Amino acid sequence: MADTTRKWDASPAANAPDNEEWQQFLAGAAKEKARKEKKEEMDKQKNENKNLKTPMTGKDWIKFAVLVVIAISFILPILLVLMNSFKKNVAVSNEPFSFPNSESFVGFENYTNGIEKIDFFPAFFTSLFITVFAVAFIILCTSMCAWFITRVKTWYTKLMYLLFAFSMIVPFQMVMYPMSFVANQLSLDNMFGIIIIYLGFGAGLSVFMFAGFIKSVPLEIEEAAMIDGCGPVRTFFMIDFPILRPSAITVAILNAMWIWNDYLLPTLILNRQKTLPMAIQYLRGGYGSIDMAAMMAMLVLAIIPIIIFYFACQKYIIKGVVAGAVKG
Amino acid sequence: MEKAIKKWFPLFALPTLVAFVIAFLVPFIMGLYLSLCKFKTVKKTEFVGIDNYIKAFSQDNDFLNALWFTTKFTIVSVVTINLIAFIFAMLLTKAIKGTNVFRTIFFMPNLIGGIVLGYIWSMIINGVLYYFGATITTDANYGFWGLVILMNWQQVGYMMIIYISGIQNISPDLIEAAEIDGANAWERLIHVTLPQIMPSITICLFLTLTNSFKLFDQNYALTSGAPGNKTQMLALDIYNTFYGRVGYQGVGQAKAVVFFVIVAAIALTQLYLTRSKEVEN
Repeated sequence: MADTTRKWDASPAANAPDNEEWQQFLAGAAKEKARKEKKEEMDKQKNENKNLKTPMTGKDWIKFAVLVVIAISFILPILLVLMNSFKKNVAVSNEPFSFPNSESFVGFENYTNGIEKIDFFPAFFTSLFITVFAVAFIILCTSMCAWFITRVKTWYTKLMYLLFAFSMIVPFQMVMYPMSFVANQLSLDNMFGIIIIYLGFGAGLSVFMFAGFIKSVPLEIEEAAMIDGCGPVRTFFMIDFPILRPSAITVAILNAMWIWNDYLLPTLILNRQKTLPMAIQYLRGGYGSIDMAAMMAMLVLAIIPIIIFYFACQKYIIKGVVAGAVKG
Repeated sequence: MEKAIKKWFPLFALPTLVAFVIAFLVPFIMGLYLSLCKFKTVKKTEFVGIDNYIKAFSQDNDFLNALWFTTKFTIVSVVTINLIAFIFAMLLTKAIKGTNVFRTIFFMPNLIGGIVLGYIWSMIINGVLYYFGATITTDANYGFWGLVILMNWQQVGYMMIIYISGIQNISPDLIEAAEIDGANAWERLIHVTLPQIMPSITICLFLTLTNSFKLFDQNYALTSGAPGNKTQMLALDIYNTFYGRVGYQGVGQAKAVVFFVIVAAIALTQLYLTRSKEVEN
């Protein structure tokens, strides 16, 4: 492949070998002109940026103050949970808005208590295992499947595409009861089997999104690769997969957010293990009695990894949300 | 080229297809059939025709109440979420300090899962109501507005991000032209900004509509339907019919089919509206 590109690059010069000097002059002049234009553009942009950075007016300061107040009220619920996780059970329900004092402060007792009660760490690692592997399988399998059904046009690929699109409008409640039966019959009711369930139930959206992205990959690149002797498998993994990387990140983030937070599907499918949302729900106990203090501590532990993940890949998450919303 | 790829069907398409058949296609078809049966386990069924559908509506008022509660909740939360998200987006596309920080903060609650969200807000709302000698399950109205506040806190940031990308795509020339023609800020909003971000509005309306209508986790964790199933939404009612009452699995499946039909109708209407707009462009 590299050989062909080099030839294309060389061809224009090869066409006009006799008046090389004139060609060089023309190229130089064009470069100069382009440079000038670019500079003008950049100057203009700089000026615009300067305008943007003009000191904020009184009106702007009011807006800024309003935004600060709203932002604080957005973080407040999380801070309240954090504060209450260090208080006695009675204090959490009776005075949730006051700081812990010498009487209500219990240190990390709620944490140790809660971790023991709900088996926090096994649940955490079950959730992590399921999310990581389900997302990896979804990315690998659905991108391959989407490539196949966009490149091969026959009756059954068209039918598959229709079925995948259809599955996106079916709510989970419609299939949940028979799904848990099927999973049980096929012995998929464990943390390995549930990955297949997630792949199947998440396939609709992921295939649909990948298919949308693959349509924008030019066929010529793939054809060139195949002519150079790449088989379909190598073509997909060497040519398409790298091009699809940004879209794969979008699909991965949307699926990770869904699977990590999912409560109902694992509750119905898993036989013995618990995921994190299931473990937290487990604290409610029978007849509505809730150990609120331990609950607060466990909520903090559940939120921390999400916030770390958010700050680590914030750029991708926000981009992915926009791309996912527009495509989906 | 197509022929060469076609041979690789087992590697490329089969794994996804098999999982899809197991996790979606078979359960979906079974679900349709089971809604016409009386059963306690899937292995022992008795065909009863549309009996389950009649029971779903006539046996008690739970399903209709849930439908009404869900509709009410969906309308209120769609309006509030989109209005607030749009106002935030307008504020954050102006030249104000720290817009990125604000964006980050407003989006954050969206990543927290429904169960966790439900317990965060049940603590806060119960804490406030404690001063009035009540809890969130005292009155169905508390549960309703609690759920609306919760949904706003979770969804506003997400919709805001979509609105921001819509607003940033408007060409500054258009705004400038309107300014030169003497349009004031309000006129510019109505006649320039809003028509230009129609695609974002459609997406956000659709997402908030389906998210609110299909809500389960938040409803389950916040009130669990209390008091007396009055704050029960459709998804929770279906769940309770399946797993809360012995011998009612068929009715639960019938309710689930009705639920599916409503959700599909909303989605298809939405799709139709978007398509017809695309033609206009």
